[in-house]
Amino acid sequence: MVYWLQQMLNALQLGSIYALIALGYTMVYGILTMINFAHGDVFMVGAFFCFLAATYLGLPFVPTLLLTMIGAALVGVLLERLAYKPLRNAPRVSAIITALGLGLFLENFTLALAPYPKHIPPLLENVTWDMGGVSLSSLQVLIIFLSLGLMFLLDYVVHRTPVGMAMRAISWDKTFVPLMGIPVDLIISVTFAIGAGLAGAAGVMYALAYPVIDPYMGIMVGWKAFISAVVGGIGNIRGAMIGAFILGGVEIMVTAFFPSTYRDFVAFTLLLLLIVVRPYGILGKPRTQKV
Amino acid sequence: MRKMLSLLLFSVLVTMGVSAWSAEKTLKLGVIAELTGDMPAVGTSCKNAAELAVKEINAAGGLQVGKEKMKVELVVEDNAGKADQSAAAAQKLITQDEVLAIVGPNASRYAIPASEIAESSETVLITPWSTNPKTTLDANTNQPKKYVFRACFIDPFQGGVLAKFALENLKAKKAAVLYDVASDYNKGIAEVFKTNYEKLGGKIVAFETYTTNDKDFSAQLTKIKDAKPDVIFLPNYYSEVPLQVQQAKRLGITTPFIGSDSWGSAELLKLGGAELNGYYFSTHYAADNAAPVAKKFITDYEKAYGAKPDDVAALTYDAFGLLFNSIKAAGKADREAIRASLSTLPSYKGVTGDMKFQADSRDPIKSAVILKIKDGQFTYFTNANP
Repeated sequence: MVYWLQQMLNALQLGSIYALIALGYTMVYGILTMINFAHGDVFMVGAFFCFLAATYLGLPFVPTLLLTMIGAALVGVLLERLAYKPLRNAPRVSAIITALGLGLFLENFTLALAPYPKHIPPLLENVTWDMGGVSLSSLQVLIIFLSLGLMFLLDYVVHRTPVGMAMRAISWDKTFVPLMGIPVDLIISVTFAIGAGLAGAAGVMYALAYPVIDPYMGIMVGWKAFISAVVGGIGNIRGAMIGAFILGGVEIMVTAFFPSTYRDFVAFTLLLLLIVVRPYGILGKPRTQKV
Repeated sequence: MRKMLSLLLFSVLVTMGVSAWSAEKTLKLGVIAELTGDMPAVGTSCKNAAELAVKEINAAGGLQVGKEKMKVELVVEDNAGKADQSAAAAQKLITQDEVLAIVGPNASRYAIPASEIAESSETVLITPWSTNPKTTLDANTNQPKKYVFRACFIDPFQGGVLAKFALENLKAKKAAVLYDVASDYNKGIAEVFKTNYEKLGGKIVAFETYTTNDKDFSAQLTKIKDAKPDVIFLPNYYSEVPLQVQQAKRLGITTPFIGSDSWGSAELLKLGGAELNGYYFSTHYAADNAAPVAKKFITDYEKAYGAKPDDVAALTYDAFGLLFNSIKAAGKADREAIRASLSTLPSYKGVTGDMKFQADSRDPIKSAVILKIKDGQFTYFTNANP
């Protein structure tokens, strides 16, 4: 029992981080029907911003988090303005190739500046509570609650504010929405900023939980977040969160049940089966192609 | 016009002739190092030590080959921490740069593919740090490769040392292992440790795996915690071990950890900090308990690079020592002659101890040391033999 509770906690922590990154994939897809493959690397850049703020500026946790989120949001907007906007009317494949290229650029640019893995200093005093055999660390509590908080905030912004309404409108129809006086370019930039900002927050939390960072850290985590978004139903914000917690849970539980070598094999087989049963993901709806 | 052309042609021929003549005076040696990728500290140490060794020999006027002294020229290739690029780098050094012999790569998962190329191209390759037995064994015949040597001990030996150390010095009757199943080195030594530990009467209570580049080990560590071991063995590379130890502590694991020679980089201390104090690992040499031969190397290296040489640096330096001695003994700059003289070289006194190749083996007979991490420093603990 104690053992399972501990594994559940591990799954929650992993799922929270996947969820924050998955949100960025799903938001951009929702609005532009484009998969931003550079998103995992924005997350990595976020972790490096966290390293810079914590090591060179010596900032405590809250300013580090805010600065990183702002920095990552700027990177997101820059990517959109410089690379994706000129291609908005180009074939979808060109945009995806650009995204892959940008991801490689971010990785190798960071690699050129920081070839060695970096260590993040502990920003918070870590306390581990022992509750009848289950270890709960203050870091785990922080990661889980901060992620949930950010997700609910995003859900509120998208469903209850004018900006959110504009986002949903653009996602519905890109041709007629500008005629209603909605600044499409601005809203798309805001979407990229929010998605990248959340990836930045995920970068900080990841860096706190796994304090050795390197330029390639975003690849695998990015893929897993992307898969979470697809499983949840890409384009759907609540779906991305559910998908991420499912993936985190499956990964941890497979390791707990089977030899850990089978983790990715069993986890991804299960996810494939889920996609076969629900091709549009858990909360996704089939889109009718307008002619 | 024609006169001018022929003059030009003549001068080109003359310069080519001059450069060919001066090229005869240099010896080209290749290095393959992990300069980028997931273990850049390993590659940098290797490159630094190689450059130091070559600088020293050139400062002394060059290497005595037969009747003349030849300067040594170094060609360094980065394998980017990738198996395919290691093989490509070996190919390039052998065919394009036409080096006489190669030193490196260091990690077994890169040294094995590069060694295949060296073997088929009949060029001597000495890996300083690859301890997996497969590096020097032919995969088909299980016989030693002809052209591949190493400057370090092998994992069956190291695994035995560690199993004995855990049982006798740490009095640990139950052990857990967490290792990278996708990496030749980690997998090899984890299995050897298990066999030896069980043979000596210990019990392996958890044998957990992960794959390269994983960052979250919480599920495996929770399993290990549940199995209640007396000691946890982490035969993993320096960039991963700090994460594993930190996550274990956060899960409330207080069991001591032990490691193998992959811990031996100063980067481990930078990444892990105080969390690693009090743990032990086996390695090739101890900088604070070195033989007189090693003292000079350690001071020179510190003066040149501002850091203590780690085991990779020391082994690379020894690999070059072996190579220089064998070229001198061969008396000519010829790949086949170097191979022949290297395998029959009398005992060589290196920084990491005395080494000699047995008649039908490419692995030198050496001893290991156990280091303890104390106050953020590697300190000599004991000499070890299984």
